[in-house]
Amino acid sequence: MTTSAKLIPTSSQTVGPYFRIGLQYMLDRCVAAGAGTAGSIEIRGRVLDADGVGVSDAMLEFWTPGGEETLPPSTQDRDGLPGGFCRVGTDDDGNFAAKVTRPIAVPLGDGRMQAPHMLVLVFMRGLLRHLLSRVYFADEPGNAADPVLEGIPAERRGTLIAQLENHETSSYRWNVVLQGQDETVFFEW
Amino acid sequence: MAMERVEGGNLIDLSPVQPAIPGTQPAYHYPPYVSSIARSPRMPLVLLPKTLTEKTGPVFGHNLVRKNDNDLTAQHEGDPLGERIFVHGRVFDEDGRPVRSALVEIWQANAAGRYRHKVDGHDAPLDPNFTGAGRVLTDANGYYFFKTIKPGAYPWGNHYNAWRPAHIHFSLFGSGILSRLVTQMYFPGDPLQPLDPIFNSVPDEAARKRLISRLDMDRTEPDYALAFAWDIVLRGRGDTPFEEARR
Repeated sequence: MTTSAKLIPTSSQTVGPYFRIGLQYMLDRCVAAGAGTAGSIEIRGRVLDADGVGVSDAMLEFWTPGGEETLPPSTQDRDGLPGGFCRVGTDDDGNFAAKVTRPIAVPLGDGRMQAPHMLVLVFMRGLLRHLLSRVYFADEPGNAADPVLEGIPAERRGTLIAQLENHETSSYRWNVVLQGQDETVFFEW
Repeated sequence: MAMERVEGGNLIDLSPVQPAIPGTQPAYHYPPYVSSIARSPRMPLVLLPKTLTEKTGPVFGHNLVRKNDNDLTAQHEGDPLGERIFVHGRVFDEDGRPVRSALVEIWQANAAGRYRHKVDGHDAPLDPNFTGAGRVLTDANGYYFFKTIKPGAYPWGNHYNAWRPAHIHFSLFGSGILSRLVTQMYFPGDPLQPLDPIFNSVPDEAARKRLISRLDMDRTEPDYALAFAWDIVLRGRGDTPFEEARR
């Protein structure tokens, strides 16, 4: 209920093309999430614009919530990096790869559980405000009853589900499609 | 608000993440900023319940920031060229409470308007004594401080004779991932601001003006450096499970 808030949040502005100057130091330094060690996985994919062209200057941030016992995850590595957080950039063709702890199911808050997922923040030149999305995993049986997925039109639900690409390396593929036929579901914030 | 009573008697708020106050945030699709056309979604955004995932977020440790990471003039052998300035302010949540230990990351062009980045082709000199990157964690009062060089304006390819007003890029993490903010701080009295589509992408004039820092003569150090003050408000009202647990 923002209406009764005392202060108005500062406006967003684009991260621009030069964000690596200030943000590169934390790229690819991903620390395991606090709770629930379910092994590590890799998410690989591409960020694509309206013309299907790979976005070479995008940054993605993945947030993996901890289990019930860790609110919020307070784990940090020796360098002060927080568990469950992963920042990656795209290459010249728009490809990204993030190695993260496999997320575990987390409570919705009313007794129901959410299927394992991560929150994803998408930044790039051309985006005046970052985009908010979620990524789920195709081989998780809990997806069928996930309350957030249930609320998304069936024909668009698949845009939030990463496909298992390599079982041995637990590698998943998930693309971010900014616009067009297969446009990824983005959330209001 | 979608409140549900669960076992144990605690009220669980499952209301959706609220959209921004109209006019205070830029639209994704803003044609005057040409790069937004092919990079903005066209489908309506979907409401997301505010769950544990959205209420929590990364907590950064003090080892991430070294002494002098907030002094962009002391990262090389010599002094960088340009106008030495202080940039400082406080970070608040929507209730006006200071956000402590907020990670503030900044990057900027040098005094000549050139970024130390491979894709910046502007024909202005690089400064061997200036990288243009800094970071700091806010203190218990939500206060941050940087010492740097005033960045120069620079041309860009958005339209004919397009120039960006002087600005410093800011990236912030507060409490909870939804408090995440990337923005730009501008300087007072810059005539390029009304001509800049990125600045103008914020519809509300008052919100736009809040992106402009204030000349701060109280903090200006005589014979040394001008100071600019800029306060930042992050989304969130301290309603994280962490806060609730402490009550």
